[in-house]
Amino acid sequence: MRALRELVGPLLAVVGALVVGAGFIAVVGQNPFAVYGKMAAGVFGNAYGIGQVLFRATPLVFTGLAVALGFRAGLFNIGAEGQCVVAAFAVAIVGATFAGWPAIILLPLCIVTAMLAGALWALPPAILKAKVGAHEVINTIMMNFIALALVQYLGHDAFVHATVRTTEIGAGARIPRLEAILPFFRGSPVNLSVVLAGLAAVFVGWLLWRTTFGYELRAVGLQPAAAESAGIPVPRTRVIALCLSGALAGLVGTNFVMGYKGFFEAGFSGGVGFLGIAVALLGRNHPAGIVLAALFFAALSYGGLVINTDVPKELVEILQAIVILFAITLHVAIERRGRRKAA
Amino acid sequence: MKPPVIELAGIVKTFGALRANDGVSLSIEAGSIHALVGENGAGKTTLMKILYGLYQPDAGTIRIAGEAVRLRSPADALARGLGMVHQHFMLVRPLTVAENITLGKETTTGPFLDTARAAAAVRALSDRYGLAVDPAARVETLSVGQEQRVEILKALYHGANLLILDEPTAVLTPQETEELFAVLRELKAAGTTIVLITHKLREVLDLSDRVTVMRGGKTVGTRETAATSIPELAELMVGRPVLLTLEKKPATPGAAVLALDALAANDDRGLPAVRDLSLTVRSGEIVGVAGVEGNGQAELVEAVLGLRRIATGEARLGGVRLNGLTPRAIAALGVAHVPADRLKRGLVLDFPLADDLVFGRHHEPAFRKGPLVDRAGVRAFAAARLAEFDVRPPDPTARAGNLSGGNQQKLVVAREFTRDAQLLIAAHPTRGVDLGAIEFIHREIVRQRDAGRAVLVVSSELSELLALSDRIVVLYEGRIVHETSAAATDERTLGEYMTGRAASVPGPRA
Repeated sequence: MRALRELVGPLLAVVGALVVGAGFIAVVGQNPFAVYGKMAAGVFGNAYGIGQVLFRATPLVFTGLAVALGFRAGLFNIGAEGQCVVAAFAVAIVGATFAGWPAIILLPLCIVTAMLAGALWALPPAILKAKVGAHEVINTIMMNFIALALVQYLGHDAFVHATVRTTEIGAGARIPRLEAILPFFRGSPVNLSVVLAGLAAVFVGWLLWRTTFGYELRAVGLQPAAAESAGIPVPRTRVIALCLSGALAGLVGTNFVMGYKGFFEAGFSGGVGFLGIAVALLGRNHPAGIVLAALFFAALSYGGLVINTDVPKELVEILQAIVILFAITLHVAIERRGRRKAA
Repeated sequence: MKPPVIELAGIVKTFGALRANDGVSLSIEAGSIHALVGENGAGKTTLMKILYGLYQPDAGTIRIAGEAVRLRSPADALARGLGMVHQHFMLVRPLTVAENITLGKETTTGPFLDTARAAAAVRALSDRYGLAVDPAARVETLSVGQEQRVEILKALYHGANLLILDEPTAVLTPQETEELFAVLRELKAAGTTIVLITHKLREVLDLSDRVTVMRGGKTVGTRETAATSIPELAELMVGRPVLLTLEKKPATPGAAVLALDALAANDDRGLPAVRDLSLTVRSGEIVGVAGVEGNGQAELVEAVLGLRRIATGEARLGGVRLNGLTPRAIAALGVAHVPADRLKRGLVLDFPLADDLVFGRHHEPAFRKGPLVDRAGVRAFAAARLAEFDVRPPDPTARAGNLSGGNQQKLVVAREFTRDAQLLIAAHPTRGVDLGAIEFIHREIVRQRDAGRAVLVVSSELSELLALSDRIVVLYEGRIVHETSAAATDERTLGEYMTGRAASVPGPRA
């Protein structure tokens, strides 16, 4: 019942955005039904399209969970972008440096590296927040700039000559594509890190609602003063939450570096760290909602490629922005109505 | 009988499914003091907000001096002579008294403010009604009682001939209350009509000419003050007879549980808030802490609980030194705590009742299995406590934020009073709580004492302290300036010490 009510806002946001988007399509002289139809057919009509959606949804689940976990602890982690860039770079370096190692060691090593690098990148803003109350929004943004600059700088040595990518990681660090197991997905880049994303969503749900730590984390996020009075170590809880958030964002590196290209490439992220904020918002900071929202944004992203001969590719960006606007305003409106009923 | 200056008929105001005002009719006589009483949620504030133009009624009519009006904004209400003194003052603190009073209707010479004329106008008003206050003083330097006078003067300056006062005595000392009442009688004599919203029935009897009782969004009765009594009004408010006196046996104090020795702590700005405070609370006794708010009560409680650093001195609980221990460690030694602000500190409003009932106790073995929450354990505990403490609704999945103030406080009490504790600290345990719940909470506090716990009660309601406490200490500027048995004192005496007017007793090391 409650879950159903939670779905109303996001669904209305999606429908509203598609309706407004239809207006834009009509303005550029196309038939909205035809364009949406083509989009749906391209995205869901064949295994390749579905594989593309899963592939694009994977990093969004990681960053969406990262942002949502921060939100649950009352922290706005805008640094998922920097955390995933640093983590992907670290994975590429570790995967290439120990290229000869067997998968049974190298694969877990690379996954742990991704999480540790992401967590490490979230640590300075976390400590600054806990110790001196410096606002994490500013500091995670600053860490994004540092991340990009640092990767550029280290790239002088690490990148293959005249490119912006690193050398290939070892075979033992590669995450198999799904097509290796399910021939159904032939040709699409979706890989087993999609399973990792699903596990991460289950883990976050378990952490938040089954563990004592998750209970404390939610209390800190909702009412820090009450949490303090109840004897919960608020600063420590925040530091751990933001580092876990960074670790989740770091897992993006598994999809792109380990599961797809096999190397780090500057600009690979395409802003998934920032889009993760939209995913968390639309998914109402709930793991199940985040999985659905990630799939939606992924479908929109791939759908934009399908129809880019008919309408400008900016349409997809406009649709994304409208979904976010609708999600925010509808959320506020629904909360207000709910409160009035309850009052 | 004089003609009514205000007549409300059939006022209805709904918020979603809630009918906050459900056919309210009220007639207020010109030049009278009319009290409006009722429990929290009875609809008093909604009604006054309608009268002040902040809410629009869904149905019903408002007549002012016989004329049907629609009040669309506070400016509308003010233009018709209605002024409001809110419970939380609406003053610009860095500005002077005169600037605050004339704000919105400034005295000017050409394009410039004429502060001299403003000060003169304010002085003239304050002289006329005996509301002494310095027009040039900055509001932030004033006492609460003085701030309230500024609010009243502001309403008068803007032409109000009817004043609505929302819980005006909630923040005042007994002396300030008496001064306020003198002012209100003066205003009445000058022809001003006064509507007094309150839940303190004694004040109603002291001051008002007539009293209207609200319950459940309806007016349930209007009485001539001279012809009614506190028990009658209480019964009208609650809807059943209420036990107004607290039955308790004489205390049998045992061993010292909490011992504070020359304790000092600073406030959030780093200024001394608790100074050289020594106090012992024994098992089986209730010690009340009286004082005007902001005299170190909050800091004292926080220092004992480990939420605030002890600057110097020492706190011991049953012989264990508390200095430097974490809040969790101190709670684990056996301290239960009802926080002053249940909405901000006592509960997580967005949590279901079950989660709030173990909040702060969630790491006790009964509620966890290793790192996991023992959901069955929490649910069983919650269901039992909700029934035992008669929390409504008794639904462990309901959100705490949706409960009434009284039921929220019962939730906190159910959690804290069932702790395995030697010491119970209750700060403002009945603030904003309805009469029925007050009765219940007071009985439970006495039961805690009789079960052998040491109880420390902080309250700004002297009647509450006098009823509950065995011993009372008065805090003034962070020091204990008076200590007495509750039986040997009264509100007036305590009030003298609270305002620092009475000579302080020499402390053990003063």
